[in-house]
Amino acid sequence: MKHTFSVTIERRSGLSDPEGATASRALTDLGFAGVHSVSFGKVISIELEADTAQEAATQVEAMCRKLLANPVIENYTIENVS
Amino acid sequence: MTIAVVVFPGTNCEHDARYALALLGSHAELVWHRDDDLSGATGVVLPGGFAHGDYLRTGAIARFSPVMAEVERLARQGTPTLGICNGFQILCEAGLLPGALVANRDLRFICRTVTVRVESTDSILTSHTSVGDLLQIPLNSYEGNYVLPAAIDGAPSPNVVLRYCDSSGASGKQMNPNGSTDSIAAVADANGTIVGVMPHPERAVEDILGSTDGRVLLESFVSATASVVA
Amino acid sequence: MTIQDKPDHQRLGMTDDEYDAVIDLLGRTPRTAELAMYSVMWSEHCSYKSSRVHLGKFRSDQPWVVVGPGENAGVVDLGDGWLAALRIESHNHPSFVEPHEGAATGVGGILRDIFTMGARPIALWDPLRFGPLDDPHNRYLLDGVVSGIAGYGNAVGVPTLGGEVEFADRFSRNPLVNVMALGLMKREQLVLSAASGVGNIAVLLGNATGRDGIGGASILASASFEAGDEEKRPNVQVGDPFEEKKLIEACLELYDRGLVVAIQDLGAAGISCATSETAGNGGMGMDVDIDAVHVREPGMTPGEILMSESQERMLAIVTPEHVEDVLAIAARWEIDASQIGTITDGPDLRVFAEGRLVAEVPAASLADDAPRYDRPYERPCYLNALWDSEPAIPDEIDVAKTLNLLLDDPAIGDRSWISSQYDHTLFLNTVIEPGHDGSLLRIKGTHKGMAVSTDGDSLRTYLDPRRGAARIVFESALNVAVTGAQPYALVDNLNFGNPENPEVMWQFVEATDGLAWACEELNVPVVGGNVSFYNQTDGVDIYPAPVVGMLGFCDPMPDRPPRLDRAEQGMGIWLIGQEASDDFSGSAYDRIINGTLRGRPLDVDGATARELIASVVEMAFDVPVLHDVSVGGLAVALAEIAFVSGTGFRVDDVSGRELFDETPLRVVAITHERDLETSVPRRRIGTMGGDQLGFGAAGSMDLSAARRIWADALPRRMR
Repeated sequence: MKHTFSVTIERRSGLSDPEGATASRALTDLGFAGVHSVSFGKVISIELEADTAQEAATQVEAMCRKLLANPVIENYTIENVS
Repeated sequence: MTIAVVVFPGTNCEHDARYALALLGSHAELVWHRDDDLSGATGVVLPGGFAHGDYLRTGAIARFSPVMAEVERLARQGTPTLGICNGFQILCEAGLLPGALVANRDLRFICRTVTVRVESTDSILTSHTSVGDLLQIPLNSYEGNYVLPAAIDGAPSPNVVLRYCDSSGASGKQMNPNGSTDSIAAVADANGTIVGVMPHPERAVEDILGSTDGRVLLESFVSATASVVA
Repeated sequence: MTIQDKPDHQRLGMTDDEYDAVIDLLGRTPRTAELAMYSVMWSEHCSYKSSRVHLGKFRSDQPWVVVGPGENAGVVDLGDGWLAALRIESHNHPSFVEPHEGAATGVGGILRDIFTMGARPIALWDPLRFGPLDDPHNRYLLDGVVSGIAGYGNAVGVPTLGGEVEFADRFSRNPLVNVMALGLMKREQLVLSAASGVGNIAVLLGNATGRDGIGGASILASASFEAGDEEKRPNVQVGDPFEEKKLIEACLELYDRGLVVAIQDLGAAGISCATSETAGNGGMGMDVDIDAVHVREPGMTPGEILMSESQERMLAIVTPEHVEDVLAIAARWEIDASQIGTITDGPDLRVFAEGRLVAEVPAASLADDAPRYDRPYERPCYLNALWDSEPAIPDEIDVAKTLNLLLDDPAIGDRSWISSQYDHTLFLNTVIEPGHDGSLLRIKGTHKGMAVSTDGDSLRTYLDPRRGAARIVFESALNVAVTGAQPYALVDNLNFGNPENPEVMWQFVEATDGLAWACEELNVPVVGGNVSFYNQTDGVDIYPAPVVGMLGFCDPMPDRPPRLDRAEQGMGIWLIGQEASDDFSGSAYDRIINGTLRGRPLDVDGATARELIASVVEMAFDVPVLHDVSVGGLAVALAEIAFVSGTGFRVDDVSGRELFDETPLRVVAITHERDLETSVPRRRIGTMGGDQLGFGAAGSMDLSAARRIWADALPRRMR
């Protein structure tokens, strides 16, 4: 059975995020008042084969821990979008 | 035996590293990332470049190359292990050094010679220097911004080897080229045998190229490898 | 008539006459795939149809030329078995449509031209031209182009040693992004593109073929731009420096092991161009199996696969017994490879898809039978008005005020905002880095050095195409001479407007005359070039902008070549070469202070230039600082030395007019010696020292204040 997951990876709060800081400044310059902060992340879409949704989720979780996210600087969330 | 210079697809400083080590009278061999036997290596260099295209995160995929299990084994048993630039990023991804490297503060690639100050001589990169020595070393990186979430993790303070500074030796935001935590330019593990350095000592080994300040760093490394019984 | 109603050949940018020529040649109506092939191969970009009749004036028969124009790169002999390969290209229209990817793929393309010849690419230069930076769109273009060059060049691992930059309103809607590359090899590594050997196999190496860039060459580079053409984005290719790096290493290994008969990179018109050129150049034919091509997306038509401009691909011609070895090397470097063709005794290039013949054309006809146009040309009427007036230059100039304004100009101010984004120290060859007149590279293991300077001067070329073009040759020669290198070979990138406009064509003819003449005066061969026409947007042609890349060579290289930062307190300042003779047409003074462009720039005497260049090369072995006087005149040249060395100066008896005069063939020399041993005219004008830029009676400026203005000229605009 095919499952589709969307993994969102975000910079851990409190860490330097040059992309976010630069975009935040630019938005303020462009007149968007009230921008507190902007943080950058990435979305990874994964299609995989597994017997159950639970099993698929476990696998994706393992992928995040091992490769897709760096726990030193990143958090991740997993969503089943099948 | 010899120093192993590891080559990942996308590595581009391997010849420079080997050339500089040869100038110092040391012999280095290039090792392809699919090789998984480094037995006999007296030291390991992970040179600069863009291993695996820097895709996903810099160093993230390289860290799982077949050779890395062997690099980790040697590093953990105390074999001198030096990551330069992209190699530093890989060592962090592999968990051999604390922290991580992210995009420079100004989101631009930086290629210029910077001044660094020796903070500790207790490392394979600085054993031949004195604390406070100022060295001119070329910096070449986009993701050279060293992030150390120590405050969050409550981890022990890192073994800082080099810091960015100005020509008088002072550090601070103005003299920090890329936004690195505490102006850290090089960091070591607790034993000082695994070192990651962001500027390129191998690019500062001859007068004709503008600086020879990288020599003392590589000489430190070479002499550390000389005492390794492989 | 809307575009949908036009016949196919017109939609592909082909004229009715050209279409008839294809029918004559084939003796029948072309099939869809064949029409696509001819439309791109006969486009201006690929065929040089408007320029070819004029390119014969360039000489390349000097004995040190190993490969002249016509191959992927020119090759010259450096002695002891060393060869240098050089090439220049443009990526103007793609960079306007998508600055980052356009510039990046330009870098990738030129590197392939170099390693196609067997050489390892060792350095890049990027001459750039943009509109004024007060327009946010021009800032966006500069930022994107520089990040694209840096992103690709740094990652692929080839240092970028600079280039030059001009800003003028005519480039606002048509930036010029040129790129030059230099490669180094031993003689036995040289490979050419002519296929031979019936039964030999064509192996496609590298990236999978996708739909990117289809029709890019003909559509983007061979037509003028109109408002809204930013929407041409789908035609821009996307580059992958990681794939290219692997491809470089794999190809160099193939050459080392002698496994290829011939090789060609895939650029404009993709597979159709590479297969027809390798076969046609060797007088052979080829059978191509489209189904064997490794593709990135399903459902591509044979025409799309033939024309795709997917980047990072090479076509190697290999003997059957070496195919396995070639595939093994490709696998080791983790690149894809597929056997897509077989060499036949010709003369046809036959393309099969699903066993069906989809194209059958004489291989050589795609290149050799392309139309050639001797387009009409006519001296523009604007010239009379320009030549009848002179820049207004007062007798007394406020030097400090003027120099402040000049130093704040982004084309005069410090350009390290650009060059510090490029890795320029990789490979440990860089002896003189960006920020000097010319770059200097050593060849490790020898005493040889190679210097490169890229130069263009679109404003002077607009005022007088012949003189303007000749002057950039002499300037580039001086720029390499100040490093101690002899001018040795030249490549040119001829950026012009719409060639169907006789006035543009006149600029082209005059400028190429000027280039050819100057090169002959210096006995410098022109070993390659590129023509970029149709640099016109909304009916406005760019300023004519020929750009040259001069290779200088020295053996031995000076032990300590001159550098701007070797100026020290107490050294004497000398002015060498011609006396200033009121040359303000096209000068920075006229552009920045007066806001005008008029008059006729001075001509250059070939013998004077030869003598000065020879003397400068000789002096470079003794004199610590040599600096060409160019944009902004003597005042800017001296200021640059002060900024880089951190040492002030005082000059006397130099008038304000003389300080900003841009008379060519002048060099500043700085030395402790009491006199200069040289036969060319020289006079001592001052002494280094202090913390002022001192111009005697003409005034003075604080060094650090002036330096701040100069250093911030570009960054403050890009913030």
